[in-house]
Formats: sequence, structure tokens, C-alpha cells
Amino acid sequence: MQYALLIYQVDKHWAEADEAERARMYAEHGKFVELLNAHDAMRGGAELALSANATTVRRNNGEALLTDGPYAETTEQIGGYYIVEAKDLDQALEFAKACPADIVEVRPFAPASEPG
Amino acid sequence: MIQNRVEQAYREHWARLLALLTGQFRDMDLAEDALQDAFADAVRTWRNDGVPSNPAAWLLTTARRRALDRMRREASNARRMPLLVVDGGEPEMADMSAIPDERLRLIFTCCHPALAQESRVALTLRCVGGLTTPEIARLFLVSETTLAARIGRAKKKIAMAGIPYRVPESGDLATRLDGVLAVVYLIFTQGYANRAELAPEAVRLGRVLAELLPREPEVLGLLALMMLQHARRLARFDDGGALVLLADQDRELWRWNEIADGLAVLNRALAANSLGTYAIQASIAAHHATARQAADTDWERIAVLYAELERLTGSPVVRLNRAAAVAEWQGPGAALNLLAGLDELLPRHHRLPATRAELLSRLGRDTEAVEQYDRALELVGDNSERAFLCGRRDVSARRAAGR
Repeated sequence: MQYALLIYQVDKHWAEADEAERARMYAEHGKFVELLNAHDAMRGGAELALSANATTVRRNNGEALLTDGPYAETTEQIGGYYIVEAKDLDQALEFAKACPADIVEVRPFAPASEPG
Repeated sequence: MIQNRVEQAYREHWARLLALLTGQFRDMDLAEDALQDAFADAVRTWRNDGVPSNPAAWLLTTARRRALDRMRREASNARRMPLLVVDGGEPEMADMSAIPDERLRLIFTCCHPALAQESRVALTLRCVGGLTTPEIARLFLVSETTLAARIGRAKKKIAMAGIPYRVPESGDLATRLDGVLAVVYLIFTQGYANRAELAPEAVRLGRVLAELLPREPEVLGLLALMMLQHARRLARFDDGGALVLLADQDRELWRWNEIADGLAVLNRALAANSLGTYAIQASIAAHHATARQAADTDWERIAVLYAELERLTGSPVVRLNRAAAVAEWQGPGAALNLLAGLDELLPRHHRLPATRAELLSRLGRDTEAVEQYDRALELVGDNSERAFLCGRRDVSARRAAGR
């Protein structure tokens, strides 16, 4: 099964992190990717720019309304994600626990609908 | 008559058959529906043809046929949910008289930590306890619709999120078992507090676990704890439904045969090298349960056990209980000292002011006791406890006024 590991973070912490702190975080993510690769579980992922750079598009009566910023103004924002292949939720949760982030939401992919 | 035999078969075989069918068809709803069908068939068929020599095997065969029927009928519909993630192949069943016991898989799946606690409780009572949805709804004072939706959501998440249908690997087993025991004990304490019908269900679940995991000290510890507490059930309330304190309980009403059974289970738990939290609590319950009169209680030993329990759990509620034991062993003054500093940790817990009030009243400081009883009454929810506290408050108030 495939799962998205959605990483939530406080944008301010990352914005205020110094060079050394950032290098340390990237190294930890590098190690995490190695772990996923060792299990042949890495299926994709990306670091996202801070939520201040987001634009939200809402469709309203056929009209697209644009707002500056993320969909929901919460303290923690999605800062990145991984797509992993896991045999079950337990394994996906093991990966999430190993992921270097304070909050990780584990979301299963919806099952592919059968053809016909 | 036939109805009774079917009900008996239901109580004895429901969980075991459901566990097998779930593993085979990898679909909790299908397994449950097919098994329900089989029990309905049994009522009709057994009336005409007599009860089969092996009712469980008959039910299993019938349920399998019913499941296949349902799958054929629903084949045209798009599959609603992904199949369960099941480890290993299907169990061999050469001999129908030896139906393999896969209830552990069912229990661990129902108690998976990715499910909300209330869902775990409802699923466990439904799938493992065999209680019907209306029965569970009644026990938890929620509507049938709410309860059915809760169970439905939980089953859907098990399938959609890939919660595996299996016993956890040995590395995870201890933590996951703690979660299972917590669900069972929660069911018991709910029953103990206000829904008396729940407690025997919890004891039954505890017995199932002890049968499946006979070497796990904490499984035995929990079962012993529940048996020893449950044996006192008839003495816990007076005729008017008011709570009776342990010291004032009529010990003739205790079920001494059940206490003996509980002690036997506890002895098996105590054979382990180190005591877990349930075994310690069961030991405390055993000291209470074996005192023929309240005055015979070994309070020093109980206080020491509570100290050990507090060391393991760091729980302020345990400190409260420890203080109550210390009050009996070393006096109310020593106990009052133990309560210092707990207010921050238990700001909304009625038992802190209630315990303090009791100790103050025993020290003759009735005016302070009344203040603490009033505080406790502000916080208490349960009616039988409220009535009890009111009574104690009035005694202190009269004594304070008489001075």
C-alpha cells in the first residue's frame, strides 16, 4: 500500500534556523531517505517552500478566487511530504516515527477504483 | 430450547468463528454479516433437524457458504473497501473438531492504537465480546445510530488505512499488549463506576486473554485484579443505591469462591520476576479481599505496594490512594503530608479534596473538612458518590457547629 507522510512544522522555526541547523536537518532527511531506500519504500517526496509563498485558489460559482497564503492559517503548516510503499499501516507508522519531523500525518492512498 | 442452544453457541463460539472468517475473507463486514446469517439459520435448521454434534463446525461451514453467497450477490457492485492486510496463509483445517483459535489477531486489530479509544472499546465488545450494537449502545448511553456509525467508521479505517490483521511482532508485542489491557480495564472501570453490566463483560474478555496468553504476567495480573474487585460487587452499594466504603462493606456479601479464584490467578502472575502495574494493583486488591474484617487489613503492606505503583506510574491518583493507605497505617497527619503539592497535578479531581476532607475530619479539624467537602462536591459528577460526600459533609458540619 502507498501512504503519504505529510510533515507539519512551524514555519517560523525553519525561517529562523541558522545555516548549521539547516545543514543538520538536511542530513537527517538524507538519512531518512536512506532508510526508506533500504526498504525499497521511497516513492517520492519534496520539501515545500514556506506557506507564506502559497496561493489558494477557490472555485466559487465557476469563478476562481485567489487568496494569498495557505488554505488554513494554522500554527503548523505542511512543510513537505514523502510517498512511501509499506506492507501495512504498522510499517508506515514505523517510517513516520523515523521521519525527522515533529508532526507527521500518515494518510493512506485511496484504493484504485476497479476498471469498468 | 433451541433458542437457548443457539444462544449458548453464540456465547461460546462467536469470537473464534468471527476471527477465522475475517482471516479467510479479509473483510470484517462480510465476516460479521455471514456469521449473523449462520446463527439465524441455526435457529431454523436446528429446530427441524436437531442440534448438530459439532455446533461450531456447523456454524463455520454455514457462515462460509453464506459469505460466498453474499460475495456472488455483491460481485456486480464495485468493491466498497480494500481487503484486509493478512499475514500468512489460511490455517489448515483437516479436522473440523479442532477449530483454530485466531482470536488474538482479532483482539489486536480491534485495539490498534491508530483507532480512537472509544472505537477500540466498541469494536472489542462487538467483535470479541459478541455484544450486539444495541447492547453496546445501551451500555454507553449513546444512540444505536451513533454507536453503529462509530463501529462502521472504525472498520472502514482498518481496511482503508491498512491496519494489519495479525498479532504484532515480538518487538511491538509488549506495547501493543498494554493497549489491549487498557481497553479491557477501561471497560471494567466503566462498569465499576456506573454501568454494572459492563464489568462481567470485561472479566470475560480478561479470561479470553488469559486463555490465549497464559504466560503474560500482566494479562494474569489484570484478570486477577478484575476478579478480586468484581467479587465485592454486591457489597459496594446499599439498598438505596448509595456507595458503601470498603471498610463499611458487609463482607458476608463478598463472593469468597470468586476471591479464591482471583487469588489463584494472582499467584500465577506473581511468579514473574518483576511486578507490573496490574499485578501490583491485584496484590493490593488481594490484601483487601482476604481481610475478614476491615480491622485485619495489612495497611503497611498496602502502603508499600502503592509506593511501588507510584514509582512505576508517576501517577498523582496513585499518590492519593497511597495517602489513604498511609492514613490507616501511620495516621491521618502523615497522609495529609503526602497530599501536599497535588493540587496542581489534579486541579479538577474531586477525590483530592474528598480525601483531604476525610483526613481533616479524622484529625478533628472539622471546619477545614467542610471546606474540602464543599470543594469535592463542586467537582464530583457521579450521583452515588455525591450522596456519599454530602452525608460525610453534614457529619463534619454538625461537629464543627457543636464546638
